Amino acid sequence: MMQRIIFSSLLFVSTTAFAADGILQKDCAACHNLTGPAAQTLKEAWAKKGPGLFYAGNKYRQEWLVSWLQKPQRIRPAGMYYGDHIKPGPKGDEIDTSTLKDHVVLTKADAATVAAELMKLKPHDDLIAKEKIEPGAISKDEGEKVFDKFWGCMACHLIEPGYGGFSGPELYTAAQRLQPEFMASFIRNPQAWEPKTWMPNKEVSNGNLQKMVHYFEVLSKETANAQ
Amino acid sequence: MLNKLLFAALLACSLQAQAKESAADNYKTYCVQCHGMEGNGKGINIRDMSVNPRDHTDAKAMSGRSDETLFKAIKEGGSAISKSVLMPPWEGALSDEEIKDLVQHLRILCTCKFGT
Ligand code: HEC
Ligand code: HEC
Repeated sequence: MMQRIIFSSLLFVSTTAFAADGILQKDCAACHNLTGPAAQTLKEAWAKKGPGLFYAGNKYRQEWLVSWLQKPQRIRPAGMYYGDHIKPGPKGDEIDTSTLKDHVVLTKADAATVAAELMKLKPHDDLIAKEKIEPGAISKDEGEKVFDKFWGCMACHLIEPGYGGFSGPELYTAAQRLQPEFMASFIRNPQAWEPKTWMPNKEVSNGNLQKMVHYFEVLSKETANAQ
Repeated sequence: MLNKLLFAALLACSLQAQAKESAADNYKTYCVQCHGMEGNGKGINIRDMSVNPRDHTDAKAMSGRSDETLFKAIKEGGSAISKSVLMPPWEGALSDEEIKDLVQHLRILCTCKFGT
Protein backbone atom coordinates (compact mmCIF):
# COMPACT_ATOMS: atom_id res chain seq x y z
CA MET A 1 0.00 0.00 0.00
CA MET A 2 2.65 2.48 1.16
CA GLN A 3 4.73 1.50 -1.80
CA ARG A 4 1.89 2.14 -4.13
CA ILE A 5 1.37 5.62 -2.73
CA ILE A 6 5.05 6.37 -3.13
CA PHE A 7 4.99 5.00 -6.63
CA SER A 8 1.94 6.96 -7.68
CA SER A 9 3.23 10.18 -6.13
CA LEU A 10 6.52 9.70 -7.92
CA LEU A 11 4.63 9.19 -11.10
CA PHE A 12 2.65 12.35 -10.43
CA VAL A 13 5.78 14.39 -9.77
CA SER A 14 7.45 13.15 -12.89
CA THR A 15 4.46 13.72 -15.13
CA THR A 16 3.98 17.32 -13.93
CA ALA A 17 7.69 17.97 -14.41
CA PHE A 18 7.36 16.45 -17.82
CA ALA A 19 4.34 18.61 -18.61
CA ALA A 20 6.24 21.77 -17.68
CA ASP A 21 9.23 20.72 -19.68
CA GLY A 22 6.83 19.96 -22.51
CA ILE A 23 5.32 23.46 -22.41
CA LEU A 24 8.74 25.12 -22.12
CA GLN A 25 10.17 23.18 -25.04
CA LYS A 26 7.07 23.40 -27.18
CA ASP A 27 5.83 26.95 -26.53
CA CYS A 28 8.76 28.92 -25.17
CA ALA A 29 12.09 27.62 -26.53
CA ALA A 30 11.59 29.32 -29.91
CA CYS A 31 12.06 32.71 -28.25
CA HIS A 32 13.78 31.98 -24.92
CA ASN A 33 17.20 30.41 -24.39
CA LEU A 34 16.53 27.67 -21.82
CA THR A 35 19.93 26.00 -21.78
CA GLY A 36 22.60 28.70 -22.01
CA PRO A 37 25.19 29.92 -22.67
CA ALA A 38 24.33 33.64 -23.08
CA ALA A 39 24.93 35.39 -26.42
CA GLN A 40 28.67 35.66 -27.08
CA THR A 41 28.56 37.92 -30.16
CA LEU A 42 26.57 41.01 -31.06
CA LYS A 43 24.82 39.14 -33.86
CA GLU A 44 23.61 36.57 -31.34
CA ALA A 45 22.58 39.30 -28.92
CA TRP A 46 20.53 41.14 -31.57
CA ALA A 47 18.86 37.89 -32.62
CA LYS A 48 17.42 37.20 -29.17
CA LYS A 49 13.63 36.97 -29.42
CA GLY A 50 13.13 37.05 -25.65
CA PRO A 51 15.25 37.30 -22.52
CA GLY A 52 17.35 34.23 -21.70
CA LEU A 53 15.53 32.10 -19.13
CA PHE A 54 18.31 29.60 -18.47
CA TYR A 55 19.22 31.36 -15.19
CA ALA A 56 15.58 32.06 -14.26
CA GLY A 57 16.01 30.45 -10.82
CA ASN A 58 18.80 32.91 -10.00
CA LYS A 59 16.84 35.90 -11.25
CA TYR A 60 13.09 35.95 -10.76
CA ARG A 61 10.68 35.84 -7.85
CA GLN A 62 8.54 32.79 -8.34
CA GLU A 63 5.24 34.44 -7.34
CA TRP A 64 5.88 37.19 -9.89
CA LEU A 65 6.50 34.62 -12.64
CA VAL A 66 3.21 32.90 -11.83
CA SER A 67 1.21 36.10 -12.02
CA TRP A 68 3.01 37.72 -14.99
CA LEU A 69 2.67 34.61 -17.14
CA GLN A 70 -1.10 34.83 -16.71
CA LYS A 71 -1.21 38.56 -17.36
CA PRO A 72 1.96 39.61 -19.17
CA GLN A 73 2.65 43.33 -19.44
CA ARG A 74 5.47 45.02 -21.34
CA ILE A 75 8.74 45.37 -19.40
CA ARG A 76 11.14 46.57 -22.12
CA PRO A 77 9.58 49.67 -23.71
CA ALA A 78 11.69 49.29 -26.87
CA GLY A 79 11.63 45.49 -27.10
CA MET A 80 14.55 43.09 -26.87
CA TYR A 81 17.09 44.74 -29.16
CA TYR A 82 15.91 48.35 -29.32
CA GLY A 83 17.64 48.71 -32.71
CA ASP A 84 14.87 46.61 -34.29
CA HIS A 85 12.11 48.80 -32.87
CA ILE A 86 13.14 52.40 -33.52
CA LYS A 87 12.56 54.83 -36.35
CA PRO A 88 13.64 58.41 -37.00
CA GLY A 89 11.10 61.05 -35.95
CA PRO A 90 10.87 64.85 -36.08
CA LYS A 91 12.46 65.30 -32.63
CA GLY A 92 14.80 62.34 -32.86
CA ASP A 93 14.52 58.57 -32.72
CA GLU A 94 11.17 57.11 -31.67
CA ILE A 95 9.99 53.69 -30.62
CA ASP A 96 7.99 52.02 -33.37
CA THR A 97 5.38 50.37 -31.16
CA SER A 98 3.74 48.70 -34.15
CA THR A 99 6.70 46.29 -34.20
CA LEU A 100 6.21 45.16 -30.57
CA LYS A 101 4.13 42.05 -29.99
CA ASP A 102 2.01 40.89 -27.06
CA HIS A 103 3.27 37.94 -25.02
CA VAL A 104 1.62 34.51 -24.93
CA VAL A 105 -0.72 34.05 -21.96
CA LEU A 106 -0.73 30.93 -19.78
CA THR A 107 -3.53 29.46 -17.67
CA LYS A 108 -3.14 29.60 -13.91
CA ALA A 109 -2.20 25.92 -13.73
CA ASP A 110 0.33 26.09 -16.56
CA ALA A 111 1.84 29.30 -15.16
CA ALA A 112 2.40 27.62 -11.79
CA THR A 113 3.96 24.50 -13.32
CA VAL A 114 6.19 26.44 -15.70
CA ALA A 115 7.30 28.87 -12.96
CA ALA A 116 8.25 25.97 -10.68
CA GLU A 117 10.25 24.40 -13.49
CA LEU A 118 11.98 27.69 -14.36
CA MET A 119 12.99 28.24 -10.73
CA LYS A 120 15.11 25.08 -10.92
CA LEU A 121 17.41 26.69 -13.49
CA LYS A 122 20.27 28.07 -11.39
CA PRO A 123 23.61 27.95 -13.21
CA HIS A 124 24.83 31.15 -11.53
CA ASP A 125 24.60 30.34 -7.82
CA ASP A 126 28.27 31.40 -7.70
CA LEU A 127 27.50 34.99 -8.73
CA ILE A 128 24.48 35.18 -6.41
CA ALA A 129 26.50 33.88 -3.44
CA LYS A 130 28.81 36.90 -3.72
CA GLU A 131 25.97 39.30 -2.90
CA LYS A 132 24.61 40.09 0.52
CA ILE A 133 21.78 42.57 0.82
CA GLU A 134 21.62 44.18 4.26
CA PRO A 135 18.18 45.20 5.44
CA GLY A 136 17.86 48.95 5.16
CA ALA A 137 15.70 51.83 4.13
CA ILE A 138 16.14 54.78 1.83
CA SER A 139 13.84 57.66 1.03
CA LYS A 140 12.60 57.96 -2.51
CA ASP A 141 14.38 61.29 -2.91
CA GLU A 142 17.72 59.96 -1.76
CA GLY A 143 17.33 56.86 -3.94
CA GLU A 144 16.58 59.04 -6.92
CA LYS A 145 19.67 61.13 -6.24
CA VAL A 146 21.88 58.03 -6.22
CA PHE A 147 20.20 56.49 -9.27
CA ASP A 148 19.84 59.63 -11.44
CA LYS A 149 22.48 62.11 -10.37
CA PHE A 150 25.43 60.05 -9.10
CA TRP A 151 25.25 57.18 -11.54
CA GLY A 152 23.15 58.36 -14.46
CA CYS A 153 21.11 55.14 -14.57
CA MET A 154 17.95 56.96 -15.67
CA ALA A 155 19.52 57.33 -19.12
CA CYS A 156 18.21 53.89 -20.07
CA HIS A 157 15.64 52.93 -17.43
CA LEU A 158 12.17 54.18 -16.53
CA ILE A 159 11.84 54.78 -12.77
CA GLU A 160 8.17 55.62 -13.22
CA PRO A 161 5.96 55.11 -16.25
CA GLY A 162 6.61 58.67 -17.44
CA TYR A 163 10.26 59.27 -16.51
CA GLY A 164 13.58 57.92 -17.73
CA GLY A 165 15.09 56.14 -20.72
CA PHE A 166 13.81 53.31 -22.91
CA SER A 167 16.59 50.98 -23.99
CA GLY A 168 16.60 48.95 -20.76
CA PRO A 169 13.83 47.21 -18.79
CA GLU A 170 11.53 49.44 -16.67
CA LEU A 171 12.80 49.45 -13.09
CA TYR A 172 9.79 50.65 -11.11
CA THR A 173 8.68 47.01 -11.09
CA ALA A 174 12.19 45.55 -10.66
CA ALA A 175 11.83 44.50 -7.01
CA GLN A 176 8.48 42.80 -7.73
CA ARG A 177 10.08 40.81 -10.52
CA LEU A 178 13.66 40.17 -9.41
CA GLN A 179 15.55 38.69 -6.48
CA PRO A 180 17.53 41.36 -4.58
CA GLU A 181 20.84 39.52 -4.96
CA PHE A 182 20.31 39.28 -8.71
CA MET A 183 19.75 43.02 -8.99
CA ALA A 184 22.95 43.71 -7.05
CA SER A 185 24.95 41.19 -9.06
CA PHE A 186 23.68 42.42 -12.41
CA ILE A 187 24.47 46.06 -11.56
CA ARG A 188 27.91 45.07 -10.23
CA ASN A 189 28.81 43.30 -13.46
CA PRO A 190 26.17 43.07 -16.22
CA GLN A 191 28.65 41.37 -18.58
CA ALA A 192 29.10 38.47 -16.13
CA TRP A 193 25.47 37.59 -16.89
CA GLU A 194 25.14 38.82 -20.47
CA PRO A 195 28.55 39.41 -22.11
CA LYS A 196 27.05 41.46 -24.96
CA THR A 197 24.42 43.47 -23.07
CA TRP A 198 24.25 47.23 -23.72
CA MET A 199 24.09 48.00 -20.03
CA PRO A 200 27.48 49.41 -18.98
CA ASN A 201 29.43 48.32 -15.92
CA LYS A 202 29.56 51.57 -13.95
CA GLU A 203 31.66 50.05 -11.14
CA VAL A 204 29.02 50.95 -8.56
CA SER A 205 30.44 50.84 -5.02
CA ASN A 206 29.12 48.31 -2.50
CA GLY A 207 27.36 50.92 -0.40
CA ASN A 208 25.59 52.34 -3.42
CA LEU A 209 24.58 48.87 -4.63
CA GLN A 210 22.75 48.39 -1.33
CA LYS A 211 21.09 51.78 -1.77
CA MET A 212 19.99 50.94 -5.32
CA VAL A 213 18.36 47.69 -4.22
CA HIS A 214 16.55 49.43 -1.35
CA TYR A 215 15.45 52.14 -3.75
CA PHE A 216 13.96 49.56 -6.15
CA GLU A 217 12.05 48.14 -3.19
CA VAL A 218 10.61 51.59 -2.43
CA LEU A 219 9.65 52.10 -6.08
CA SER A 220 7.99 48.70 -6.37
CA LYS A 221 5.92 49.21 -3.23
CA GLU A 222 4.70 52.49 -4.65
CA THR A 223 3.92 50.84 -7.99
CA ALA A 224 2.04 48.02 -6.24
CA ASN A 225 0.02 50.52 -4.22
CA ALA A 226 -0.90 52.46 -7.32
CA GLN A 227 -2.08 49.33 -9.13
CA MET B 1 41.80 12.73 -24.04
CA LEU B 2 38.63 14.03 -22.45
CA ASN B 3 40.71 16.66 -20.69
CA LYS B 4 42.19 17.75 -23.95
CA LEU B 5 38.79 18.03 -25.54
CA LEU B 6 37.49 20.05 -22.62
CA PHE B 7 40.48 22.31 -22.81
CA ALA B 8 39.98 22.86 -26.52
CA ALA B 9 36.29 23.61 -25.96
CA LEU B 10 37.09 26.09 -23.19
CA LEU B 11 39.70 27.75 -25.35
CA ALA B 12 37.24 28.02 -28.22
CA CYS B 13 34.67 29.64 -25.91
CA SER B 14 37.08 32.19 -24.49
CA LEU B 15 38.45 33.04 -27.91
CA GLN B 16 34.94 33.52 -29.16
CA ALA B 17 34.09 35.80 -26.22
CA GLN B 18 37.07 37.96 -27.08
CA ALA B 19 36.45 38.11 -30.82
CA LYS B 20 36.58 41.71 -31.93
CA GLU B 21 33.36 43.31 -33.16
CA SER B 22 33.36 45.94 -35.91
CA ALA B 23 33.10 49.60 -34.92
CA ALA B 24 29.86 49.96 -36.90
CA ASP B 25 28.29 47.05 -34.99
CA ASN B 26 29.51 48.33 -31.63
CA TYR B 27 28.18 51.81 -32.43
CA LYS B 28 24.80 50.34 -33.39
CA THR B 29 24.60 48.41 -30.15
CA TYR B 30 26.07 50.64 -27.47
CA CYS B 31 25.96 54.22 -28.81
CA VAL B 32 22.76 54.52 -30.87
CA GLN B 33 20.53 54.16 -27.78
CA CYS B 34 21.57 57.72 -26.81
CA HIS B 35 23.44 59.21 -29.78
CA GLY B 36 20.78 58.12 -32.27
CA MET B 37 20.49 56.12 -35.46
CA GLU B 38 22.07 59.01 -37.34
CA GLY B 39 24.66 59.84 -34.70
CA ASN B 40 23.05 63.27 -34.27
CA GLY B 41 22.65 63.01 -30.48
CA LYS B 42 18.93 62.22 -30.69
CA GLY B 43 18.60 58.62 -29.52
CA ILE B 44 15.46 57.10 -27.97
CA ASN B 45 16.80 57.66 -24.45
CA ILE B 46 17.22 61.44 -24.44
CA ARG B 47 13.75 62.69 -23.49
CA ASP B 48 14.42 63.23 -19.80
CA MET B 49 18.19 63.79 -19.85
CA SER B 50 19.57 66.89 -18.12
CA VAL B 51 22.44 67.05 -20.65
CA ASN B 52 21.97 66.09 -24.29
CA PRO B 53 24.31 63.52 -25.81
CA ARG B 54 27.00 64.83 -28.15
CA ASP B 55 25.98 65.22 -31.78
CA HIS B 56 28.64 63.10 -33.51
CA THR B 57 27.91 64.73 -36.86
CA ASP B 58 28.80 68.18 -35.49
CA ALA B 59 32.21 68.70 -37.12
CA LYS B 60 32.93 71.90 -35.21
CA ALA B 61 32.44 70.39 -31.75
CA MET B 62 34.01 67.05 -32.63
CA SER B 63 37.14 68.61 -34.10
CA GLY B 64 37.68 70.26 -30.73
CA ARG B 65 38.31 66.83 -29.17
CA SER B 66 41.55 64.92 -29.60
CA ASP B 67 41.49 61.18 -30.32
CA GLU B 68 42.92 60.64 -26.82
CA THR B 69 40.05 62.59 -25.24
CA LEU B 70 37.47 60.64 -27.23
CA PHE B 71 39.16 57.37 -26.27
CA LYS B 72 39.10 58.33 -22.59
CA ALA B 73 35.45 59.43 -22.72
CA ILE B 74 34.37 56.11 -24.25
CA LYS B 75 36.53 53.98 -21.99
CA GLU B 76 36.11 55.76 -18.66
CA GLY B 77 32.89 57.70 -19.17
CA GLY B 78 31.89 61.37 -19.28
CA SER B 79 33.05 62.14 -15.77
CA ALA B 80 36.65 61.20 -16.72
CA ILE B 81 36.73 64.23 -19.04
CA SER B 82 34.65 66.46 -16.72
CA LYS B 83 31.44 65.83 -18.65
CA SER B 84 28.12 64.23 -17.69
CA VAL B 85 27.80 60.89 -15.83
CA LEU B 86 25.07 60.11 -18.35
CA MET B 87 27.88 59.09 -20.72
CA PRO B 88 28.83 55.69 -19.26
CA PRO B 89 32.26 54.06 -19.09
CA TRP B 90 32.36 51.26 -21.65
CA GLU B 91 35.53 49.46 -20.64
CA GLY B 92 33.53 46.57 -19.18
CA ALA B 93 31.98 45.94 -22.61
CA LEU B 94 34.66 46.98 -25.13
CA SER B 95 38.35 46.17 -25.54
CA ASP B 96 40.90 48.97 -25.99
CA GLU B 97 41.23 47.97 -29.61
CA GLU B 98 37.47 48.21 -30.16
CA ILE B 99 37.44 51.64 -28.51
CA LYS B 100 40.25 52.80 -30.83
CA ASP B 101 38.19 51.62 -33.80
CA LEU B 102 35.18 53.54 -32.45
CA VAL B 103 37.24 56.75 -32.26
CA GLN B 104 38.02 56.29 -35.96
CA HIS B 105 34.32 55.60 -36.59
CA LEU B 106 33.47 58.94 -34.93
CA ARG B 107 35.92 60.70 -37.27
CA ILE B 108 33.97 59.25 -40.19
CA LEU B 109 30.63 60.39 -38.72
CA CYS B 110 31.84 63.96 -38.19
CA THR B 111 34.00 63.99 -41.33
CA CYS B 112 36.49 65.84 -39.22
CA LYS B 113 39.88 65.57 -37.53
CA PHE B 114 41.21 67.05 -34.31
CA GLY B 115 42.01 70.71 -34.76
CA THR B 116 40.54 71.13 -38.23
C1 HEC C 1 7.31 34.96 -29.79
C2 HEC C 1 8.38 34.92 -28.82
C3 HEC C 1 8.07 34.46 -27.40
C4 HEC C 1 7.48 33.29 -27.00
C5 HEC C 1 6.94 32.15 -27.85
C6 HEC C 1 7.50 33.30 -25.54
N1 HEC C 1 8.07 34.46 -25.11
FE1 HEC C 1 8.40 34.96 -23.18
N2 HEC C 1 9.08 36.78 -23.76
C7 HEC C 1 9.24 37.21 -25.07
C8 HEC C 1 9.67 38.58 -25.08
C9 HEC C 1 9.96 39.45 -26.29
C10 HEC C 1 9.76 38.99 -23.72
C11 HEC C 1 10.11 40.37 -23.19
C12 HEC C 1 8.83 41.09 -22.90
C13 HEC C 1 9.03 42.49 -22.40
O1 HEC C 1 10.14 42.89 -22.06
O2 HEC C 1 8.05 43.24 -22.36
C14 HEC C 1 9.38 37.83 -22.93
C15 HEC C 1 9.38 37.81 -21.55
C16 HEC C 1 9.15 36.69 -20.78
C17 HEC C 1 9.29 36.64 -19.36
C18 HEC C 1 9.70 37.81 -18.48
C19 HEC C 1 11.18 37.77 -18.36
C20 HEC C 1 11.86 39.09 -18.22
O3 HEC C 1 12.99 39.11 -17.74
O4 HEC C 1 11.30 40.10 -18.61
C21 HEC C 1 9.01 35.37 -18.97
C22 HEC C 1 9.03 34.82 -17.56
C23 HEC C 1 8.64 34.63 -20.15
N3 HEC C 1 8.75 35.47 -21.24
C24 HEC C 1 8.29 33.30 -20.17
C25 HEC C 1 7.81 32.65 -21.30
C26 HEC C 1 7.26 31.31 -21.29
C27 HEC C 1 7.15 30.44 -20.06
C28 HEC C 1 6.90 31.03 -22.57
C29 HEC C 1 6.25 29.76 -23.09
C30 HEC C 1 4.96 29.47 -22.53
C31 HEC C 1 7.23 32.19 -23.38
N4 HEC C 1 7.77 33.14 -22.58
C32 HEC C 1 7.03 32.26 -24.75
C33 HEC C 1 9.03 36.45 -26.19
C34 HEC C 1 8.42 35.20 -26.20
C1 HEC D 1 23.21 52.54 -21.48
C2 HEC D 1 21.99 51.99 -20.95
C3 HEC D 1 21.96 51.54 -19.51
C4 HEC D 1 22.44 52.22 -18.40
C5 HEC D 1 23.16 53.55 -18.34
C6 HEC D 1 22.09 51.40 -17.27
N1 HEC D 1 21.42 50.28 -17.67
FE1 HEC D 1 20.63 48.86 -16.45
N2 HEC D 1 20.10 47.76 -18.07
C7 HEC D 1 20.23 48.16 -19.38
C8 HEC D 1 19.80 47.09 -20.24
C9 HEC D 1 19.80 47.10 -21.75
C10 HEC D 1 19.40 46.02 -19.39
C11 HEC D 1 18.89 44.63 -19.82
C12 HEC D 1 20.10 43.75 -19.84
C13 HEC D 1 19.90 42.36 -20.33
O1 HEC D 1 19.10 41.61 -19.75
O2 HEC D 1 20.59 42.00 -21.29
C14 HEC D 1 19.58 46.49 -18.03
C15 HEC D 1 19.26 45.75 -16.89
C16 HEC D 1 19.28 46.24 -15.61
C17 HEC D 1 18.77 45.55 -14.45
C18 HEC D 1 18.08 44.19 -14.48
C19 HEC D 1 16.66 44.44 -14.88
C20 HEC D 1 15.91 43.29 -15.48
O3 HEC D 1 14.68 43.38 -15.57
O4 HEC D 1 16.54 42.31 -15.90
C21 HEC D 1 18.96 46.37 -13.37
C22 HEC D 1 18.55 46.10 -11.91
C23 HEC D 1 19.64 47.56 -13.84
N3 HEC D 1 19.80 47.45 -15.22
C24 HEC D 1 20.03 48.62 -13.06
C25 HEC D 1 20.81 49.68 -13.52
C26 HEC D 1 21.49 50.63 -12.65
C27 HEC D 1 21.41 50.66 -11.15
C28 HEC D 1 22.18 51.46 -13.48
C29 HEC D 1 23.12 52.60 -13.08
C30 HEC D 1 24.29 52.19 -12.32
C31 HEC D 1 21.92 51.06 -14.84
N4 HEC D 1 21.11 49.97 -14.83
C32 HEC D 1 22.41 51.73 -15.95
C33 HEC D 1 20.72 49.38 -19.83
C34 HEC D 1 21.33 50.33 -19.03
